[in-house]
Amino acid sequence: MVIAFLSVIFTLLIVGVTLKPFGLYMAHVFENHPTKLDKVFLPVEKLFYKIAGLKTEQQTWRSYVMALLLTNTVMILIVYAIFRLQGILPLNPTEITGMDPTLAFNTAISFMTNTNLQHYSGESGLSLLSQMIGILFMMFAAPATALAVAIAFIRGIGGKPIGNFFQDFVRAIVRVLLPVSILFGVIFIALGMPQTLHTIITANTLSGEEQTILRGPVGSFLSIKEFGNNGGGFYGVNSAHPFENPNGLTNLLQILLMFLLPASLPFTYGKMVGNKKQGNVLFASMATIFVLFLTISMISEFQGNPVLNETGIEHSEGSMEGKEVRLGTAQSTLYALTTTASETGAVNTMHDTLTPITGMLALGNMMLNTVFGGVGAGFMNILMYAMIAVFIAGLMVGRTPEFLGKKIEGKEMKLLALTLLIHPFLILGASAFALFTPLGSDGISNPGFHGLSQVFYEYASSAGNNGSGFEGLGDATPFWNISTGIVMYIGRYFSMVTLLAVAGSLVSKKVVPTTKGSFRTDQPLFGGILVGTIFIVGALTFFPGLVLGPVAEYLTLK
Amino acid sequence: MKKHGFSIWNLMRLSLGVMVICGLLYPLAVTAVGQGLFNKQADGSLVYNSEGKVIGSELIGQSFDEPGYFHSRVSSINYDAAGSGSPNYAPSNPNLIERTIQDTERWSEQNPEVSIEDLPNDLVTNSASGLDPHISPEAALSQVPRVAEFTGINEKTLENLIETHTQEPSMGIFGSPGVNVLMLNLAIDEKRTP
Repeated sequence: MVIAFLSVIFTLLIVGVTLKPFGLYMAHVFENHPTKLDKVFLPVEKLFYKIAGLKTEQQTWRSYVMALLLTNTVMILIVYAIFRLQGILPLNPTEITGMDPTLAFNTAISFMTNTNLQHYSGESGLSLLSQMIGILFMMFAAPATALAVAIAFIRGIGGKPIGNFFQDFVRAIVRVLLPVSILFGVIFIALGMPQTLHTIITANTLSGEEQTILRGPVGSFLSIKEFGNNGGGFYGVNSAHPFENPNGLTNLLQILLMFLLPASLPFTYGKMVGNKKQGNVLFASMATIFVLFLTISMISEFQGNPVLNETGIEHSEGSMEGKEVRLGTAQSTLYALTTTASETGAVNTMHDTLTPITGMLALGNMMLNTVFGGVGAGFMNILMYAMIAVFIAGLMVGRTPEFLGKKIEGKEMKLLALTLLIHPFLILGASAFALFTPLGSDGISNPGFHGLSQVFYEYASSAGNNGSGFEGLGDATPFWNISTGIVMYIGRYFSMVTLLAVAGSLVSKKVVPTTKGSFRTDQPLFGGILVGTIFIVGALTFFPGLVLGPVAEYLTLK
Repeated sequence: MKKHGFSIWNLMRLSLGVMVICGLLYPLAVTAVGQGLFNKQADGSLVYNSEGKVIGSELIGQSFDEPGYFHSRVSSINYDAAGSGSPNYAPSNPNLIERTIQDTERWSEQNPEVSIEDLPNDLVTNSASGLDPHISPEAALSQVPRVAEFTGINEKTLENLIETHTQEPSMGIFGSPGVNVLMLNLAIDEKRTP
């Protein structure tokens, strides 16, 4: 137990020291400062612009939005076509047939929106070609899009020109995503992940049976899967598969990669808007919620499943159903909380099997969608909550709320309120609809209260663009494919558009000079108000659902 | 589209560029480096017998029923590595309780000398992947009397073998110790046929 907690603390410390330097590096990249590596990066960037025939002049926020929406939609259509035609395209060693239309619809949206919800199994659903130019392609394009949008948003509220989508997109790939992915891809292979194009090998086992082993280019897949907060597995069971996560060290590095982009963005923000203290406050607030959730989950997992414990078997290692021995209870729980907080969706343990309280907090991370959140999208949500917190605090003292010296007025508040409401509306509305019809409720695999959690989890994961699941849910049906496809799409782009509109509106406003009466947003007090706002505004919406699902299940196990 | 400064044709070309550079060149380059520098891992950490035939992967668990071998964890897919998966039983699922009780009873029949208080729960729970290559050291120790009886290898030797085939947590703390069942059983085969 003590060693387990220590290992978690060390992991978080290792993650902690990397965040700030990385955040500052990103500020450097997106403020277009020259670096020593320009000799390498510039030609690659120019190659992209040349292939695409694009220029990189300043855009208005409207043009920026059009560029991002259309680019992503075109990519969805291309990848949809690849999935449908994979049966007749090359690089298909296991002779996989074309994907069913609703599944291809779901999968293309899923990977473009950084969700990586997988209603197929990697081993049997995708050809090697689809894994590469479909999945891997989008694993770069999706986080690059989100990172670009978040940077544009930061520029806007900082009062700077909004930038050019294509330039931000290409720089995100060339200067952030590719170098880190290459480095960690090679490290992952050294630590035991396969990396080969010869997929199938048959072994004659010790017991005299035949065992088919599927390999593939796993190392290169894993680095961008985690770093881009993608989370889609090469194999069906994701990072629980021994090839996708061979030991404690690969597990540690995956946790580091999941946090690297979303949790360093507050520092990027602080640098870019010239208010480092505020960036620190935002980071500390989110970190506080994370540590709180993690501590409760660790205690819950180590207590194990009371019903199984009653049979008299030894259970000091914690609940092991749905976990891997080499990873252990502590690192599995940390991974589960990290993947939901960072909206990555990679799993190294089966979330359906988590004890009810841990399951609830994993679900809670996705419902709040702001405890760091996914790359870009999550940080925009943090800023949305920060502005709402400023507004609420302003109402209490009777002053016009200001954020970074700019007045938050009616127009911005309407857009922020809409953004805030769409997330619960998608999750609760879609869950209610699914439970209403047998098309949805037939998918439930675990009886009792947990069944409700399964449905909630699926839509919370879709709306938050997470992608993990309570995987017992029989979700490979047209109903689930289409409904989660729509939820993922709206969950992704609605808030990007409304929040860029907020930035577009703020960018032209005059800065109000700070006076003694101004409400400071770079102090711990503001952090407290922010966390309070997130819990009251964000969490209470979902409270009835959580009581009926995980809390009720917890009480029945006692 | 003109007023925004780009056309759909530009977007398709951009997509194609990313597709080729990130979807093809990137994995191929990493494959070249990985195969060159870390060939064993890149090929899947395969294990060969004395005739050079593949008998499995160090990282992928196998199913063992014979009493003279150490047994692996429960796997609903019976260690079929062409796929991966688990039954996803919630803690409250009655099937989980039923399966655990059955497996515990069967274990007691096979290991009559050991009390179930010494049976660690990893041995009677389904792993996440269905391919878990490890069991906890305690789970291995709980099987020692049975394996000793059926192989004729003495318990002390078996305990030493378990120790040598235990993968410690990375850097001493990250992860949990696990005994590689395939490698352990291979070592037992060697002891049996000198």
